[in-house]
Amino acid sequence: MTARRSAHLWITHLCLMTTALGVLWLAAPAAAGQQPVAASDHPATFGLGRAARTSEIETLDIDVMPDGTGLPVGQGTAAEGARTWARACGVCHGVEGEGSTAAPVVGRDPDSRRPTVGNYWPYATTLYDYINRAMPRNAPGTLTPDEVYSLVAWILSKNDIIATDAVMNATTLPDVVMPARGRFVPDDRRGGPEVR
Amino acid sequence: MTKPHTRHGDLRGQDGRRLTRRALLAGAAGAVGAATVAPVSGQQSVDTTRRAGRGPNEVDQRSSFVTPRRDPSTTSSRTPLQDLRGTITPADLHFERHHGGVPNIDPARYELLIHGLVDRPTVFSLADLQQFPATSRTCFLECSGNLRRGTPETLPQMVCGLTSQTEWTGVLLSTVLREVGAQPSATWLLAEGQDAAVMTRSVPMDKAFDDAMIVYAQNGDALMPGNGYPARLLLPGWEGNASVKWLRRIELADQPFMTREETSKYTDPLDGGNTVRQFSFVMDARSIITDPAYPRVIEPGWHEIRGLAWSGRGRITGVEVSTDGGATWHAAILQGPVLPKAHVRFRHLWQWDGDPAEIMSRATDETGYVQPTWEALQAARGPGTRYHQNPITSWTVGDDGRMLFGAERLRS
Repeated sequence: MTARRSAHLWITHLCLMTTALGVLWLAAPAAAGQQPVAASDHPATFGLGRAARTSEIETLDIDVMPDGTGLPVGQGTAAEGARTWARACGVCHGVEGEGSTAAPVVGRDPDSRRPTVGNYWPYATTLYDYINRAMPRNAPGTLTPDEVYSLVAWILSKNDIIATDAVMNATTLPDVVMPARGRFVPDDRRGGPEVR
Repeated sequence: MTKPHTRHGDLRGQDGRRLTRRALLAGAAGAVGAATVAPVSGQQSVDTTRRAGRGPNEVDQRSSFVTPRRDPSTTSSRTPLQDLRGTITPADLHFERHHGGVPNIDPARYELLIHGLVDRPTVFSLADLQQFPATSRTCFLECSGNLRRGTPETLPQMVCGLTSQTEWTGVLLSTVLREVGAQPSATWLLAEGQDAAVMTRSVPMDKAFDDAMIVYAQNGDALMPGNGYPARLLLPGWEGNASVKWLRRIELADQPFMTREETSKYTDPLDGGNTVRQFSFVMDARSIITDPAYPRVIEPGWHEIRGLAWSGRGRITGVEVSTDGGATWHAAILQGPVLPKAHVRFRHLWQWDGDPAEIMSRATDETGYVQPTWEALQAARGPGTRYHQNPITSWTVGDDGRMLFGAERLRS
């Protein structure tokens, strides 16, 4: 695995916008970063599995993280994305992204509670990750990096999050701050008598 | 007395028994009058004692009188809770929810890659996974989108059929993580599926080290394709979406991956959307009466109210039943053994006097959490949340004996 950028920046952002509970929540997994305890009769290793080849890890490791780790080389603009959208996306998500048989992706009215990209997506990198892995539904995994970057640019531009001529690539995309970013809080349900 | 619900063509249960009883009576009458036996139902001879039945076969099938059916949509199929009487869901009736269809995976070509913050990035075959020490765990799996408020003509299956229970068998994830040398700096893992959605969810490592499993068997048999064959993640007590099916890759990291399914989906807008609750993994305590329920028509007399209760936080400690719309509550009998994070059967005897009534149940778990009313959930969260809804639900009966879903209780 390639070295990931430190999570400190991300954690700092999240802590600032969350409550003390949120800080506890983020600290809990870190504190739990222990080795699993083996059953007492387990050997040190069972000798199962084979060493993974670097090439097969690179092939399968398609995820993109909020800090941009995993973004490939490539780029795109909204103008380029408009053509791909018309060809591959509009039939389900609407010509202007307003939604049709599939969910709307364009909308900046939080009061509408529609989970559009402008209202409800906290990270722009998730757009790349999801479109690349799962879209279009009838031919997932067929878009090139340039096509995915351009679709991300088109969606972000239609939601008035980036300029219409902005170039999206592995450097610019992680720096896009999404309108919904500050609204996300960790789960605060803990069992017990209180309904949350 | 059961009214066949035409949408599903399901005549199982009371109808099946009546048909059999009628056939037996007709058969007895026929035997008195003549040696020949006329078929009554068109499906079988009347007197089964006069002709040998079929011999042993390779794979049995349900009786032709028993036809439970999941209710499929384009993205899910729902367990027919009203047709089941125990706690284990037959594998072919376990609910499905998938996002890119069901892949057909050759087990000989199946591989699971584990990499990231591990000392030894490793690829495991299915045989490798099955060679690890095995463990079995009976627990429920519930989709966090498991509520339809519906109309009075709504089946238990449609209200709440995205929960099922299985005896899962596999290897503890902690055993596998130890084999690959999980590094202490790892705080989250990404689980990724081999379906056309390449489904991904981030899971905290403390859950991975606690009771998470990689499972390859469902009620002792291989997983059904719709439930992840040949291997899936299992996170007991947590929303089903995170138990990634057709598991092909696990990557350990020091932060969550913020996938689509844990940001724009499976999250809960609170306070009118001003905040959004994220990583709401645990399924809170819940119960539902599965009988009597729509579409049954009952007669005055004794009835056993039966249902299921469960909690993702541990054991169910009690279920209360009300037969007067929530004015008074009575402790139901729990059918042991009561397992943690598992469906438990509850039963309560009820003498219906023929007057309109409303029956409902509420579960309490070992943390002291009591299943809330719809109003209490709305008050705590505000309107507009779509996931993790576990309100008390009810069934009404009119003086005509018709059971209907208490949809009015779930109005906003």
